[in-house]
Amino acid sequence: MRVVVYGLAMLAGLACGPLRADEVSADPVLFDQGKLLATGGVSQIEGAGGGGLATWALITGYGTRDGLGANAHYTTVLLPDYRLDTLGVAVGLFDRVEFSYAWQSFDTQAVGAALGLGRGYAFHQNIYGAKLRLAGNAVYDQNSWLPQIAVGVQHKENDRGAVIAALGGKSSVGTDFYLSATKLFLAQSLLVSAAARATRANQFGILGFGGDKHGGYSPQFEGSAAWLLSRHFALGVEWRTRPGNLKIAREGAGFDLFAAWFVNKHLSATLAYADLGNIAIRDHQHGAYLSLQAGL
Amino acid sequence: MEKPLSLALLFACAMLAFAPRAFAQDPLFADMGGKAGIDHLVDVFVGNYLADPRIRAIFDESNMDRVRAKMKEQFCVVAGGPCTYTGHSMEATHKGLHLTDADFNAVVEDLQDAMDTCNIPFSVQNRFLARMAPMEHQVVTK
Repeated sequence: MRVVVYGLAMLAGLACGPLRADEVSADPVLFDQGKLLATGGVSQIEGAGGGGLATWALITGYGTRDGLGANAHYTTVLLPDYRLDTLGVAVGLFDRVEFSYAWQSFDTQAVGAALGLGRGYAFHQNIYGAKLRLAGNAVYDQNSWLPQIAVGVQHKENDRGAVIAALGGKSSVGTDFYLSATKLFLAQSLLVSAAARATRANQFGILGFGGDKHGGYSPQFEGSAAWLLSRHFALGVEWRTRPGNLKIAREGAGFDLFAAWFVNKHLSATLAYADLGNIAIRDHQHGAYLSLQAGL
Repeated sequence: MEKPLSLALLFACAMLAFAPRAFAQDPLFADMGGKAGIDHLVDVFVGNYLADPRIRAIFDESNMDRVRAKMKEQFCVVAGGPCTYTGHSMEATHKGLHLTDADFNAVVEDLQDAMDTCNIPFSVQNRFLARMAPMEHQVVTK
């Protein structure tokens, strides 16, 4: 509950804070809000600019190549046996570089008791992200097949090393690397994105990194397709494969169906149905995914 | 090796040159309301543009009657209509204006608002914008 209150306070502060760029003057504005609505994407599960589960090549926020964009987000995933809350902040620099930080709390609810950890036992992790746009512009390059391409890194630090080791995990710290390509097929009102991720993470890192079944990195896939209904609404589907490193779990691919509402360039809300499959000793972990992003 | 390639290229160029005459009129032109629809769109668009404090200064030195007329030709051509654009190139008309992506996108937003006003469906708007979008490379010089 405390997490939610903090999250809403952060979002409210950001949503009310920014001045309208056009009221400032003709001088260049650092937070220029110059990108088109929705073209900064939303905040994905680990805090980077993206969709929900998938990481996109778009640089977060509404700063153009002459400006900055920054945002905060709160995401909650309500599953039958677990709950994941994420709070994060991110900044996009000159539509070239993105830095993000996210804090995740994963509440094991009754499963914690079943595992002998205690009811409501929670794993937490800090995720530090960086992304660099290498080439292309997903929006303007409509006369070419070249997508926007970015590389990124997500360094994750989990606070439950001892329990992770007991579950068969190798480490409480891990770093993911990804290559993402995102393309807006504007004439079709369709955004398509694909990413390859090298990772050791178990359940995004919530259950640590590497395991007793597989210890090292493996290549994984993330894909999204979003249909733009209007400037303010998009519907989409995502798919993300994940390694099965732990003997106690049967971690597989996750997918989601989402609806994103871009209220304006300061506020967006994403509602999804997410299916994360098996998590630790529980199958069929599917439920509601809600994410709010506020920015300047 | 070189000869078949250049022949192939020549053939491809010939195909492209004849393509506009070989196919029936572009459906986008009709979907945007034909010549009358596009002319009205440009009038609404220019009105939005001149009322937009972010960018209206760009047109301070312009002859707006000429801008409107050339833009009507250009939009018609971009939509695949039976028009001829008689204005200058996009590079030439925007040279020295030091326009930014934020300026370009402000214009896009004014155009989207104009298309909304003209009841052009969102999917049709995007088909048109998809053809306009690459102009960013000629317009934005900053």
